[in-house]
Amino acid sequence: MKLLTGIVGAAAVVLMLQHPAYGQRGRGAAATFPTGRPGAPFDPSGYWVSLITNNWRFRMVPPAKGDYAGIPISMAGKKTADAWDPAQDEAAGNQCKHYGAASIMYQPTRLHITWQDDNTLRVDTDAGTQTRVFQFGKPAAVPVRRTWQGSSAAVWEARRANNPEASARYLKVTTTNMLAGYLRKNGVPYGESAVLTEYFDLFQERDGTTMMFVTAVVQDPVYLEQRYIVISHFRKEPDGSKWDPTPCSARW
Amino acid sequence: MGSHAVFGEMVNLMRTICAAAIAILIGGYVGLAQVNNEAPEGVELTGNWVSRNNTEFNTNLHRAYDFLGMPLNDAAKAWALSHSEEQASEPERQCAFYTSTYFPFGFAPLPMWKETELRTGSTVAWVVGGWLDVVTMVIWMDGRPHPSAYAPHSAAGFTTGVWENDVLTTYTTHMIANLLHRRGPHSDLATMTLRFSRHADILSLTGRIDDPVYLSEPLYASREWQFSSVPVNRSAVPCNVAYEGVREGTVPHYRPGQNPFVEETTKLWGIPLEAVQGGAETIYPEYRKKLRDKYVRPEKCVSNDVELAAGGCGGPGRLQPVIN
Repeated sequence: MKLLTGIVGAAAVVLMLQHPAYGQRGRGAAATFPTGRPGAPFDPSGYWVSLITNNWRFRMVPPAKGDYAGIPISMAGKKTADAWDPAQDEAAGNQCKHYGAASIMYQPTRLHITWQDDNTLRVDTDAGTQTRVFQFGKPAAVPVRRTWQGSSAAVWEARRANNPEASARYLKVTTTNMLAGYLRKNGVPYGESAVLTEYFDLFQERDGTTMMFVTAVVQDPVYLEQRYIVISHFRKEPDGSKWDPTPCSARW
Repeated sequence: MGSHAVFGEMVNLMRTICAAAIAILIGGYVGLAQVNNEAPEGVELTGNWVSRNNTEFNTNLHRAYDFLGMPLNDAAKAWALSHSEEQASEPERQCAFYTSTYFPFGFAPLPMWKETELRTGSTVAWVVGGWLDVVTMVIWMDGRPHPSAYAPHSAAGFTTGVWENDVLTTYTTHMIANLLHRRGPHSDLATMTLRFSRHADILSLTGRIDDPVYLSEPLYASREWQFSSVPVNRSAVPCNVAYEGVREGTVPHYRPGQNPFVEETTKLWGIPLEAVQGGAETIYPEYRKKLRDKYVRPEKCVSNDVELAAGGCGGPGRLQPVIN
């Protein structure tokens, strides 16, 4: 009898999995896709560590002044970068200029992601001890003054442009209202009019590892000739035992 | 009806239910196996994808001895010390294309198309076109199994694919031993997982390479691509062998302690040799603590001759815009 129950149960599970109401692909069956935590096709919360396997020499160490390789820097950007002086930043209290939203996720860092509430995803970084807030469901509140992390509006965006109801989704975050900062810790700038768009993908590996890839697109009409696009790799960690908050540094 | 008859009826009923359940299980399994075959409507990968080249991973040749960010093990580090890039000029190797591991590192265009079964229109395979010395990769979507471990290996290897949450996910085995792009080694036991994840006009290609021979943990690589309306080559070009300075039958290499390029990256960028050699430890944030007292930031950006030819330290106008 137990065998019979098991077989019937397994069959029921298979039928459920085949039904479009189950699994990510079918989450959009409703006309209006739920937002925030209730609509999450995956849960990004937890501790994550960045794996620095590309652009290593620009990310793990501060590169030489005048090294713009890979960045579509404009003439205005070059002029600003060439005038970079970390001592000036320190004197002005701007040590966090390289820890703004447009570059913080590309740094060697750990992330601690938590749901602050059903419509607010909070991302803490131990590099520079920064906090980003992703707001779902309504336009991100524009703060009275600009901040390093700016205002971030989040949506679960459909992959299928022509059939969003049946589509799987990824997390898209659009950030504006940032203070001017650096894309690279050698003074390559982004300005206050820059817009950061990020796409978060989560994948389960064959060996059980959970990976998160963040594709970051920076648009800056002043300091960039075209979009600057990079991808960060994060591996999920079992706990926060390696969490190591450090202050911003203008030189290291 | 006696108790035996009732019992018999119950047994028959249970048999029927079991048979139905097993049929559902089999049908469900087949259904699930088939569901990932077709590209999800609205997720189109067909077309020409052009690398944005915002990510450097030995792009444009760069340095002969540079393994930054690669989790190489001791065997791979020993290989790196003895390896000469002149091996690519051996007459025997000139037409040995780079393996499929090139794609998540490379800057070559990425033309993609799908091959369909003529009568049913179902997708048999996706194809990623080759380019110059990069091999074409066929991604089988028809559910065929990977060959046995002893089957012949090739530069392309054997790749199967499935759609996972509207992302094309591929798995490659059976590659011949070769290079990870132009730098570190990979063995013929290496495997690769790629994910083609489209976001509007951007294609995020992320790769994971496992190699029990040369990597102490998986190597992740990624590049960003943009859709382009400008046609690109859809396959590798024919290859002719010519004399490039290395005679047939010789294998350029360096004996222990004689690799002249070992200190090149350290001299250029001030990065300590222990980091240049790679290793799993070097890819984690905490490694910066070890670097802090050893790294010497150059006063200004400098490049070697090869890098200067390829754009050197970058600057306005160095990166070509992609035409949509």
